[in-house]
Amino acid sequence: MINAIYKHRFLILRRIVQVGLMLLYIGGNVWGWKFLQGNLSTSLLLESVPLSDPYAVLQMFAAGAIVSSNLVIGALIITLFYLVLGGRVFCAWVCPVNMITDAAAYLRRKLQLDSVSKKQPASRKIRYWVLGLSLVLSYVLAIGAFEFVSPIAITHRAIIFGMGLGWAMMLIIFLFDLLVLKNGWCGHICPLGGLYALVGKVGLVRVAHDESKCTVCMKCKVVCPEMQVLHMVGKTSEQVLSGECTNCGRCIEVCDDDALNFSIRKLAKERGNETNN
Amino acid sequence: MGTTRREFILSTSRAIGLAALGGLVWGAYVDELTANKLMLRPPGALSERDFLRQCIKCGLCVEACPFDTLQLARAGSNKPLGTPYFEPRDVPCYMCPEIPCVPVCPTGALDITKVSTDNKLDINKAQMGVAVVDAKNCVAFWGIQCDACYRACPLLDKAIYLEYSKNERTGKHAFLKPIVDSDYCTGCGLCERACVTQKAAIFVLPREVALGKVGDHYIKGWDSSDDKRVKNAEATTTTTEISKESAIDSLNDTEVLLDD
Repeated sequence: MINAIYKHRFLILRRIVQVGLMLLYIGGNVWGWKFLQGNLSTSLLLESVPLSDPYAVLQMFAAGAIVSSNLVIGALIITLFYLVLGGRVFCAWVCPVNMITDAAAYLRRKLQLDSVSKKQPASRKIRYWVLGLSLVLSYVLAIGAFEFVSPIAITHRAIIFGMGLGWAMMLIIFLFDLLVLKNGWCGHICPLGGLYALVGKVGLVRVAHDESKCTVCMKCKVVCPEMQVLHMVGKTSEQVLSGECTNCGRCIEVCDDDALNFSIRKLAKERGNETNN
Repeated sequence: MGTTRREFILSTSRAIGLAALGGLVWGAYVDELTANKLMLRPPGALSERDFLRQCIKCGLCVEACPFDTLQLARAGSNKPLGTPYFEPRDVPCYMCPEIPCVPVCPTGALDITKVSTDNKLDINKAQMGVAVVDAKNCVAFWGIQCDACYRACPLLDKAIYLEYSKNERTGKHAFLKPIVDSDYCTGCGLCERACVTQKAAIFVLPREVALGKVGDHYIKGWDSSDDKRVKNAEATTTTTEISKESAIDSLNDTEVLLDD
């Protein structure tokens, strides 16, 4: 039992953070809690600190909206937070859609769908194209284009402000990830994930691989939603430096050999020395 | 290294093609979604087009509303997703003097200056919409005494006043007809909520939908301040070339008539 908890320690922590945040938002709307009001697009922390989705603000810029100082400050706080942390922490630890796509990925593994369709028929670069396209569309339509179709926003608004047909969007994403494309939404298409992958390139929290302990069992790659970031596993000891890593910690949990662990990013010089060794 | 020029051109044009197709569908969908002209917005909202661009859909106005008047458009409602609106027949705007929904707006989509006079909040300046009376289905216009909307109006005798006229049918009764003055009506919808008919015979529409526009050619000659508007009027002159001879002869030309 304790071992099972230890083997899922980051997963449990992530679910607590994700559900807890949603609960705080629901409390803000339904019971009038003043801790965290609004939603993931923009919220107010303790009735004073503005927090804004940098992608939504970026779209407003592209659409030619007048962006208030509150929004700029809010977006800067959020951007800096994830910039310093590193990786797509938002995607794995905050975004409610993560729970849906993780469930689909889990079911894919259990039903052994991955072994049926080994090669994924789509590029993980699509998200950057969608990101670019959304900004072009926002400019052309003079309106935040992704915000009106965003499954992320539809999901968290459905949770916080009332369901409507929001469940249909959640179901579509679940089925898409389950049957059409492995890690389809979060790993291929989502432009918000694309933006955070760019933001998360330089941050401090990094998964580190110790090649000397690795037994090349590849459990980490099976469970990883962005397995291209684990290219060094079994080859070299280095840190996972790709911004596409969500820092979810699943690879660390499933590793039986302690070959993967969270670490703080090393300075550029040391890293250079290490690769020389 | 691995890719030839041919492959590069092919993959690039494929990506551009997909992006163009996706962009077209995406853009058309967003355009369609935001085409709804019948949304009643919170007090102080910018014009619909600017509002849609400015609103970040955070729902802070919805949370601030003490009467649960405001809602965020849900998926499947055929309304611009995530934007705040209200439906007065369900819950009207009760026009709180402190207007809690407006100052919380982080983006300026709800503009505090639009509901302020002399830097003080003034909900009576709100222009959420304007009430419209369907005279055919309003029982007061039938001669039945009903002043539900008039009594419900928070700007009674300004936004809605009663017009008295003789009921010729009975010869001894009066009509008490509710008339809306769009100069004062805020569009709060308390009248729509109060209306006694099965489907409200007085209802709120967005001002852009319900109100006409005179243009600058017609002015109130008896109102000296209105006189200035005529200066903005633009004249368009059209000239039609008519030959003098043929204009005169046209009446004498019987050839067309004789043809039959």
